[in-house]
Amino acid sequence: MSASMTSPGRSSTLGHVAWVLRGNPLTALAMAGTVLLIILAILAPWIAPYDPIASDVPSALQPPSAAHWFGTDQLGRDILSRLLHGTRLDLTIAAAAVGLSFAVGAMIGSFCGFVGGRLDRWVGRFTDVLMAFPLFVLAMAMVAALGNRLENIIYATAIINLPFYIRFARTEVAVRRNAGWVEAAQASGNSRGRIVLFFLLPNILPIVAVQISLNLGWAILNAAGLSFIGLGVQAPTPEWGIMVAEGARFIASGKWWLVFFPGAALMFAVLCFNLLGDGLRDILDPRMRT
Amino acid sequence: MTTPLLQVQDLAVSFATRRGDVAALRGASFALHQGEVLGLVGESGSGKSVTALATMGLLDQAGRVTGGSIHFDGRDITRASAGMLRPMRGAAFSMIFQNPRAALNPIRSVGAQIADALRAHRDLSPRAARDQALALLEQVRIRNAAQRIDAFPHELSGGMCQRIMIAMAIACAPRLIIADEPTTGLDVTTQKAVMDLLATLTRDRGMAMLLITHDLGLAAQYCDRVAVMEQGRVVEEAPPAALFGTPGHAYTRRLVAACPTPTSTISSLSPEIVLPAEPVARPPLPAGTPLLLEVRDLVKQYPGGVTAVDKVSFTMKPGESLGLVGESGSGKSTISRLVTRLIDPTAGEVIFDGRSVSDMPARDFHRAEQRSQIQIVFQDAGESLNPRFNAFDSIADPLRRLRGLRDGSELTKRVKDCAVSVGLPLPLLERFPHQLSGGQRARVGIARAVSVDPKLLVLDEPTAALDVSVQAVVLQLLDRLRREKGLAYLFVSHDLNVVRMLCERMIVLRNGQVVEEGDSQRIFRAPQAEYTAELIAAIPHFDPVAA
Amino acid sequence: MRKLQAIGRRIGGRLLSSVPAILGVVVLTFLLMRVLPGDPAVFFASGPSAGQQEIEDLRKAMGLDQPIPVQLVRYLQDIATGNLGRSMTTGQAVLTDMQQRLPASLELTFSALFLALACALPLGILAALRPGSAVDHVVRFLCTLGVCMPTFVSGLLLIYAFYYLLGWAPDPTGRIDIFASTPPEITGFLLFDFAVTGDWDGFRAAFSQLILPACTMALFVLAPLARMTRASMLAVLGSDFIRTARSIGLAPWRVILVYALRNALLPVLTIAGIVFSTMLGANVLVEKVFSWPGVASYALDALLASDYAPVQGFVLLMATIFVLVNLLVDILYGLADPRIAAE
Repeated sequence: MSASMTSPGRSSTLGHVAWVLRGNPLTALAMAGTVLLIILAILAPWIAPYDPIASDVPSALQPPSAAHWFGTDQLGRDILSRLLHGTRLDLTIAAAAVGLSFAVGAMIGSFCGFVGGRLDRWVGRFTDVLMAFPLFVLAMAMVAALGNRLENIIYATAIINLPFYIRFARTEVAVRRNAGWVEAAQASGNSRGRIVLFFLLPNILPIVAVQISLNLGWAILNAAGLSFIGLGVQAPTPEWGIMVAEGARFIASGKWWLVFFPGAALMFAVLCFNLLGDGLRDILDPRMRT
Repeated sequence: MTTPLLQVQDLAVSFATRRGDVAALRGASFALHQGEVLGLVGESGSGKSVTALATMGLLDQAGRVTGGSIHFDGRDITRASAGMLRPMRGAAFSMIFQNPRAALNPIRSVGAQIADALRAHRDLSPRAARDQALALLEQVRIRNAAQRIDAFPHELSGGMCQRIMIAMAIACAPRLIIADEPTTGLDVTTQKAVMDLLATLTRDRGMAMLLITHDLGLAAQYCDRVAVMEQGRVVEEAPPAALFGTPGHAYTRRLVAACPTPTSTISSLSPEIVLPAEPVARPPLPAGTPLLLEVRDLVKQYPGGVTAVDKVSFTMKPGESLGLVGESGSGKSTISRLVTRLIDPTAGEVIFDGRSVSDMPARDFHRAEQRSQIQIVFQDAGESLNPRFNAFDSIADPLRRLRGLRDGSELTKRVKDCAVSVGLPLPLLERFPHQLSGGQRARVGIARAVSVDPKLLVLDEPTAALDVSVQAVVLQLLDRLRREKGLAYLFVSHDLNVVRMLCERMIVLRNGQVVEEGDSQRIFRAPQAEYTAELIAAIPHFDPVAA
Repeated sequence: MRKLQAIGRRIGGRLLSSVPAILGVVVLTFLLMRVLPGDPAVFFASGPSAGQQEIEDLRKAMGLDQPIPVQLVRYLQDIATGNLGRSMTTGQAVLTDMQQRLPASLELTFSALFLALACALPLGILAALRPGSAVDHVVRFLCTLGVCMPTFVSGLLLIYAFYYLLGWAPDPTGRIDIFASTPPEITGFLLFDFAVTGDWDGFRAAFSQLILPACTMALFVLAPLARMTRASMLAVLGSDFIRTARSIGLAPWRVILVYALRNALLPVLTIAGIVFSTMLGANVLVEKVFSWPGVASYALDALLASDYAPVQGFVLLMATIFVLVNLLVDILYGLADPRIAAE
């Protein structure tokens, strides 16, 4: 949001948010869900009933019960506790990766979109190359090359998101490059850098916010997918993708809870982010505010 | 013939919106007889188009008829089902829409679309339908009809697309044609050709026409009777001569006055605003006064070899107002941006106040000292205001950048002064563009441009997107500002009447070249170039004095 | 004729402009593979007791003792002559390996795309025709759900439901029951080969193996396709020319099929192309869950084993397929939309 919007626009903005949420209870639920996830992630060490790593072989593979709400895995670890700790890790990976690719991608993209010309063509080529690459394979290869460490998983996820942000910001800016208010800004004595930073970026922010929200979900799926095939976070760290991967061996013998609960957690997180993205689109569109 | 062909009685239509129902029509009544042309005029939001769509049964899902009736040839079709209306659409009555290119299916050849219209009501073989479509194309005077029949809409000009639309509308010989702003967005010479065609076709075939337009001149020229709409009602109805000569209703009087005619002056446009007496002719500048602006052999080529501006030269004295007139593609908007130094010329020179300003590339011109002296007001005020800035920030932006003012009482005072001088109520300064009306946005755009006291103000069709009554007020404002501040205006417009009122001299452009240049009054009275004469003749007009 | 020429020019231009992209992908992969940890020479040496000399010889044989630029030029020369190298794990030429495994991946992807389109198009159209209705809400719910479900979870849950609980699906390993006879190799597409040879039992067996992984993938891509169909159909239905079509009295089905649908399918075509490419890449998860012998799992195994050649070959293959699919989409688009050919 631009600074200018805060003082005169605040009451109407809050009113608008409230109005959109009233008309769209799903968005309100998604918002509540996202907040819940964040709280759980922060409080995980204190509210988890068991140690997420310590194994307890005698009580292995128990179905959900009063002692273990979500059951236990093949080493007797409490699935609920592992899930709660996993929330922390998965959210961190997703937020860091998306934040990184947004910061870099939106800047490069909007600058190229505004300037156009040769630089724009080269950057366009580069994103084409990246997108022609099977991106998930790229992430796999990067993690394999750099090593199975948390920051590398974040970098890999960020890089495969990058071309989308560049391309997205580029088209959104290119659409607005010739808008009357950009020419007016030029006539008012704004340099090109200022126009990108203070005119174009704030204007594409709403659409990018939607994209960020959707990408958070995608990033979680990617990180979990990497762990699932053994190229992400390593066992025994509690992470949703690993939990599903470990549970996969037991699904054919009917031990559903090993896969179901981490899978449901993944789904819930992605669902919240996606619904939030849809809701944000309504809230942030200035034309819809009356 | 006592029963009218189309009778609309007390029609009320409302649209369901997020803030409840909004009434678009509140009891509109009129009647149209066989073979007659009725004009429906009014400003945006008066309910003209809704009336047409309700008659055709084409209101979108949010709209519904809440009262009154529509009778076609004695049959009540007010709330007719789709099954009952479908055989009538195209066969009994048909419609021509605004923006013809969008009204045609982009991926279907025009011949196939005309054939669709024919085969919707007649049992024809594809071969026969094609032959008839070809005949129709010839009737709407499409040259090389045999080749054009397989063309797609994007391959045809706007005027030709509208002819295709007309061919589709008359294909099954309906008795009524509803034309909804059929020539809005077309150039004035094309407009004349299309309207003449439409008038001839309806007359020859004895069809009735309901012509919906915001252009009083057009209505006066082509209609037998004209009904004026305001806020969902018909407020007055009469033959054009009587209506425009001696308007009865107060709204009609205002509307007629606001409409620029060959004889109107800035002060006659809107009687409500008291202006100082007619400006005395300014004393001629002493000989030897340096020129304010000199444009020499300006050329602008766009990538792909399109030459938008081709060796244009002209000069302006300080405080002078010069009009740039031309149809679309004449290069007038490109010239305005070249002079404002928003884009770089391919060749040629722009000299401002004795110094060349075209040496510095446009990307660095924000640093030039002349930046604050050349300012511009854009065509669509809504589109030229940053959606994320409120009115205050929009006006303050040039003051911050070019006058170096920081937030504080000085800046606030300057912005408020500007708002006052353009007649913008101060509380509106906190609003965002989408919360302002078209006229208010235009004022913000003007205030922004004059806030840094420029010497030259370039006006790129500043009133093109406005209703005539709002246009009248904005023109008066511009005229007053010029006299108060001694500004020079480079006024770009397609409307010759407006240019004549506001500018002392004018330049007529065509395809990027100067066709004619001279005193505005003289050009209007006795155009030298054939093209200028053609342009002036094509302006539809009514003359309230003569009527 | 003019139209065909225009399309031909476009295809030519597209192919030319995709050359740098493919080249970029190849170079990028090459460099990436070189920074991967682990020395393949050590990995493939006879054993832990292998002497220094043996490893050196291996390195020389694999060309690893040359400077990186020289290796790159050699690699490019090899690619140009169709030599993608040899896999160290399978001991076969990469090209042969991929020829054997690509049909499995393609068969899976095509069936999934077909399934997804068969569901997404009608659903999207229905939702757009009645916006705000129950159908619309159901479609939106399905879409949101589908996009949230990671393929490896939905695949496992499908196995649980249809193999463990209901017993309808066969053991989820591979393309065909190990006891069933494989059809003669014709195209490599099992369904097609069985059908051609008239072996309907085999056809049924292969089909029942295929259906679960195909559904898993289809579920994942259903959402973007249905969403796009709905959005573009809604946009088209609200456009001026649909109003025109109704104003000339065309029958409602004609308005929807001839005027609305044909226009609305254009953006869906583009999305379908993108979806196809993503599916080929995302295959690796589904192939892993269902032990599907496709190219993606082949590349993954090679990656984990520091076996460069198959990974490079796989990436090159994917980039080529990506370009070809985009080309196909372009051609179809050019045929369907006269505005494109004119540009």
